[in-house]
Amino acid sequence: MGFLSAEEKGLVNGLWGKVNVDEVGGEALGRLLVVYPWTQRFFQSFGDLSSADAIMSNSKVKAHGKKVLNSFSDGLKNIDDLKGAFAKLSELHCDKLHVDPENFRLLGNVLVCVLAHHFGHDFNPQVQAAFQKVVAGVANALAHKYH
Amino acid sequence: MSLTKAEKAIILSMWGKISTQADAIGTQALERLFASYPQTKTYFPHFDLRPGSAHLRTHGAKVAAALGDAVKSIDNIAGALSKLSEMHAYVLRVDPVNFKLLSHCLLVTVASHFPADFTADAHTAWDKFLSIVSCVLTEKYR
Repeated sequence: MGFLSAEEKGLVNGLWGKVNVDEVGGEALGRLLVVYPWTQRFFQSFGDLSSADAIMSNSKVKAHGKKVLNSFSDGLKNIDDLKGAFAKLSELHCDKLHVDPENFRLLGNVLVCVLAHHFGHDFNPQVQAAFQKVVAGVANALAHKYH
Repeated sequence: MSLTKAEKAIILSMWGKISTQADAIGTQALERLFASYPQTKTYFPHFDLRPGSAHLRTHGAKVAAALGDAVKSIDNIAGALSKLSEMHAYVLRVDPVNFKLLSHCLLVTVASHFPADFTADAHTAWDKFLSIVSCVLTEKYR
């Protein structure tokens, strides 16, 4: 068995096929900045982040969220080699962006909350469990090249 | 970290709705915890943890009731949960890392049940509230 069982892959791909990646990206990044305001430290140039409404409607937040989640989505296509898939991005986040990997874990869990919010009862415990593995795998892959 | 007036108002108002399904919410949060974080099952070797089991439903109801107590005494959560805090410190001794895991699963359960109410502000309020509850439950550990 690779990283996910065949059943878990089915659950993840089944749900992900219905996700509006651009929108969910903006939503997830926005909520990260609202719920964990210290994460705003990486986005000083993003303009108005003064309230939940300002953050959630901020066009730079939406654009960046879209970028992040499209990258996550690409990673899902290489689910059995996440470390390989995210190697370059890992180096970038360490060497240029100086992002503490704890932030990847926070964003992963916010993404899970957003998926639960969107999909309600379809985001059942088994689907959640499969996604928790995915977000943990992506977070670890993004931290893998840190030095 | 403490709750603002606005956050307390959000929690109280949402609890009104949550309390009508409190047992189911508590139970589902536990199901999610055991599915996503199987290591947490090590605290329940004496339970039947299959989804739908009587043990799960009873324990889920207990968890929900405790949260309800915290909500009802939102200005003095430490007071409301003092006995539970002692129990976790001296008897249960659940490793502190697990409170974050259950809090996350409670958040996910609330998000999936109350889509209209789970705004970014509500998400923040609940995350903070559960964080405070977790702190209270571990504050007597050492």
